Amino acid sequence: MSSIGTGYDLSASTFSPDGRVFQVEYAMKAVENSSTAIAIRCKDGVVFGVEKLVLSKLYEEGSNKRIFNIDRHVGMAVAGLLADARSLSEVAREESSNFRMNYGHDIPLKHLSDRVAMYVHAYTLYSAVRPFGCSFILGSYDKDDGPQLYMVDPSGISYMKDMTCRELVKEVAKIIYIVHDEVKDKAFELELSWVGEVTNGRHVLVPKDVREEAEKFAKDSLEEEDDSDEDNM
Amino acid sequence: MERRCTGSEVKGVSTGTTILAAIYDGGVVIGSDSRASIGGEYVSSKTINKVIQVHDRIFCCMSGSLADAQAVTKAAKFQLSFHRFMERPPLVIAAATIMKELCYKNKEDLQAGFITAGWDHRHGPQVYVVSLGGMLVSQPVTIGGSGSTYIYGYVDAKYKPNMSREECLQFATNALALAMGRDNVSGGVAHLAVISETGVEHVVVPGNKLPRFNHE
Repeated sequence: MSSIGTGYDLSASTFSPDGRVFQVEYAMKAVENSSTAIAIRCKDGVVFGVEKLVLSKLYEEGSNKRIFNIDRHVGMAVAGLLADARSLSEVAREESSNFRMNYGHDIPLKHLSDRVAMYVHAYTLYSAVRPFGCSFILGSYDKDDGPQLYMVDPSGISYMKDMTCRELVKEVAKIIYIVHDEVKDKAFELELSWVGEVTNGRHVLVPKDVREEAEKFAKDSLEEEDDSDEDNM
Repeated sequence: MERRCTGSEVKGVSTGTTILAAIYDGGVVIGSDSRASIGGEYVSSKTINKVIQVHDRIFCCMSGSLADAQAVTKAAKFQLSFHRFMERPPLVIAAATIMKELCYKNKEDLQAGFITAGWDHRHGPQVYVVSLGGMLVSQPVTIGGSGSTYIYGYVDAKYKPNMSREECLQFATNALALAMGRDNVSGGVAHLAVISETGVEHVVVPGNKLPRFNHE
């Protein structure tokens, strides 16, 4: 399936004869190969869920977070190279901080998303650097504009994407459980966070009891589906 | 023209002035006098406009050195014009913070204070004071300039929250008239702007139409 751009894929500053920048496409492959990150917008908030593959039994629970807090009201879930994602989260935090210093209020999500996308895009222009190998989803909730969701991919495009938050948490957990491939990857930890009316516009990790309830719901509904499959046979 | 500058006075043309802003139910009234003076003696302009519109629903009143105040408001107006590229008009606190940053970062060189007032979709009518050194404070009613010292009593006694538009306009006109009547470096006409969700209305009250009080 993958096409090799022999000779035209050595740097981000080279186009191929058919108008593609292969380095950016390879960066997107890094995202495709990573484990799943979802964010879903509902009428009163946004819920994030990440399938965090546990590479070693020695890792503590809750380490290597893939959902980041940007300012108080924005959450960022990432897929792809985690180190690249971490450095971008610092960029996003700095943008929010500068905005607040200059204008005295929370950065609007669209503006933040545009600024970070511009930064990501800048790394696709030069041969001295490589593009970021991660995509991320930014989400926030405020009383005026409601819940919003933006996604940024390695090429630097940012683009925009209804239940209540509490019900949605269970659905997100279920989706992650379904998507998790038992054969390919062994253990995983479900990371869940939300921002919405239920948290007063603050982005926070889902509290332990809600998360456990969601995981139980997810596991139960998977079992139900397994059972119904057997009946059909 | 001889300029006598003491330590406490502003060099060059000063807006020895009276400025005020007050929130009413549904909007805000901002106003000032129109006198610019040099050295506390010579009136260099009788009709200067100290109420500057920095955005559709955001106004600033200037006090202190006129040159410094104009430079800051022009810079703020320029910065706010970028906000038009974002989806919504800027918040009043954004305008006030821009002015505050300019005043605070350049406090060694500037001698100007402002009242920023306006209406936005998130917090409705608001009034912010940016003082000389760059302090930013939000208040429901505020007065500034040299003439303000003569009307603190009047404002404290007469301002009520949630007044109607007419009551607030009358309150502001009276306050300006009283200050202009006692402060030698405030005078001319009263410039007022009434800002609400529906729009902005400019009111100018010439000197001879200002309210008179008993002893005059």
